[in-house]
Amino acid sequence: MTATTSAPKSDSKRLENRARPGQSSPKLAYLPIIFLAFAIGVPLLIIVIYSFLEKPSQGTGVKWVFTTENYKALFIQQKLDGTTSLDTRYIKVLWTSFIYSLITTIVTLILSVPVAMWIATRDARRRTLLVALVTLPFWISILIRTYGMRQIIADEGPIGKFLSLFDIDWSILYSPPATILGLIYVFLPFMILPIYASAERFDFRLAEAAYDLGAKKLTVVRKIILPSIRPGIISGVALVFIPALGSFLQSDMLGGGKTNMVANVIANNFGQARNWPFGSALAVLLIVLTLLFILIIQGVSQRRGDKVELV
Amino acid sequence: MSEKFLEIRNIVKVYPTPEGGEVRALDDVSLDIAAGEFFILLGPSGCGKTTLLRSIAGLEYPDSGEIVLLGDRIDDKPPYERPVNTVFQSYALFPHMTVGENIAFGLEMEKIEKDEVAKRVVEALAQVKLSGYENRLPSQISGGQQQRVALARALAKKPKVLLLDEPLSALDLKLRRGMQVELKRLQRETGITFVFVTHDQEEAMSMGDRIAVFSEGKIVQLDTPVNVYRRPINAYVADFIGETNLIEGTVVASGISLPGGNILPTNQLAEDSVVPGSGKVTVAIRPEDLVIANDGIIGGTVRDVIFTGDSVRVYVTVGDTEVIASLASYGTQIPAQGSHVTLNPENRAARTVAS
Repeated sequence: MTATTSAPKSDSKRLENRARPGQSSPKLAYLPIIFLAFAIGVPLLIIVIYSFLEKPSQGTGVKWVFTTENYKALFIQQKLDGTTSLDTRYIKVLWTSFIYSLITTIVTLILSVPVAMWIATRDARRRTLLVALVTLPFWISILIRTYGMRQIIADEGPIGKFLSLFDIDWSILYSPPATILGLIYVFLPFMILPIYASAERFDFRLAEAAYDLGAKKLTVVRKIILPSIRPGIISGVALVFIPALGSFLQSDMLGGGKTNMVANVIANNFGQARNWPFGSALAVLLIVLTLLFILIIQGVSQRRGDKVELV
Repeated sequence: MSEKFLEIRNIVKVYPTPEGGEVRALDDVSLDIAAGEFFILLGPSGCGKTTLLRSIAGLEYPDSGEIVLLGDRIDDKPPYERPVNTVFQSYALFPHMTVGENIAFGLEMEKIEKDEVAKRVVEALAQVKLSGYENRLPSQISGGQQQRVALARALAKKPKVLLLDEPLSALDLKLRRGMQVELKRLQRETGITFVFVTHDQEEAMSMGDRIAVFSEGKIVQLDTPVNVYRRPINAYVADFIGETNLIEGTVVASGISLPGGNILPTNQLAEDSVVPGSGKVTVAIRPEDLVIANDGIIGGTVRDVIFTGDSVRVYVTVGDTEVIASLASYGTQIPAQGSHVTLNPENRAARTVAS
């Protein structure tokens, strides 16, 4: 009697434990989750803690005394005579970073939409090839690519030499345009790919229907194609603008230190300036601003009813 | 018809194939469509019917030939300069616009005043019995309703010609039948010329004033549904439109010798049948034109009997071919499977067809 009652029980338990085909065990995700928690969470926590600590009077590191001075120092300057005044240096750096990122986003967007549409309208085989070409820069280290950029736009580089034939003066290296050029170059694929993903799903019969209903080319682009690829555009804007805001390499290598972006100032505080707590406070400010932009982008996309998930 | 309405003149459209060859999608096609006509372009997929429709719409430019609408050459004009509109097979409703915005789109392109646009949107929706659906998104309505919106969107433009590209193919049978009646009504009420592409011969016959049967880029037959069905020009049309028994026979002195040895007398063939002096000939007989007779011309063994409700289909093996007879399901003697029967064509409905 006991045998017959226990049999179905063990059977159902066995079935329960058996993963269905195509369903992976959640246990597989534990290790990466733990790794990510440590790799992202712990450093972030350290930065937040450091930002509320004092700078030691000598050497690098932190002194374990709580203070909010680092945050005050972002905006307020303490003069030697004890009076305080508004310090706009860091606001300016943030503003510069914002403007560079904005220009980068706008330029990459203008370049990417036609390219993505063009790729999306090729036949399947050519599409695969063209997408592979867009991702080709990822095969080479960003450092090497930026070095390459430096050689190309240098005063004595190929562009400069060519222009000198016409007596045109070429000198953009170590200037803001060089930084922005570097940003555009590095982030362009991040704009093309999501827009292409949207464009590829675009039903070109809709464009035909619009023509049929009396629309001209520009109207079709404005009223039918652009709204349809908007999710891709929003993803692209997020993928370009947010990392561009925190980018370091371009202004360091191409801007020549003259045109500091916020990441360069942070790096400088952890390096030469030896002010870890202040660098941490600036980093926290950047993180907060970045989160703010993500929320704004998400708000825009939700209001439009697009399915874009960023957080 | 005093004035010519829509003239298609010697249209040729050639596509390259991936293998490097070419396909003549339209091979010197000419036809005239009258004002207010419900005109059907019928044929299997790849026969060129859709290419012709798209050429009229301006979504395709023919390699040569002319399309003339009310005396105006339109074949080299862009789509937005042609007074024709299309109902697409995929409906092609703009997913980011509401039903109302979809219909208004085409009117806004004509720079029509806002109040007038709103009025015509309401009108168009009423026409397709979807009043009150203005603010729905296409994704929020059923396939049948999307179909109606596509129709309303095209009709709101009040085109001279409405082009319909297999608009009903995605609907289920019942909905399709309903829409067929609806389309006929709309065409009658609006007086707009409809050019309707389909591969469904039943749909073609039930809706069209005239049918152009296409095969491999050419028009094989252009006639009324009754004539296309009753007087098919060749075996292809006879076989494509409805169901036909195509029986190979040999011409003899008294008529046509059929498999099994019996003679179908010439005076039992349709009057306009052409019988050559000698040699092989193809006889076409519709299944519903065959009756069981005591001493019929076509004799064979019953292979299968299938009851379909309104009729009984009897499959008879005659020599090395098979003949299908469709008998009334009520009031007729139904032969048993395996029995020997003889069949006769009724009312001189058998005819010879060019193969």
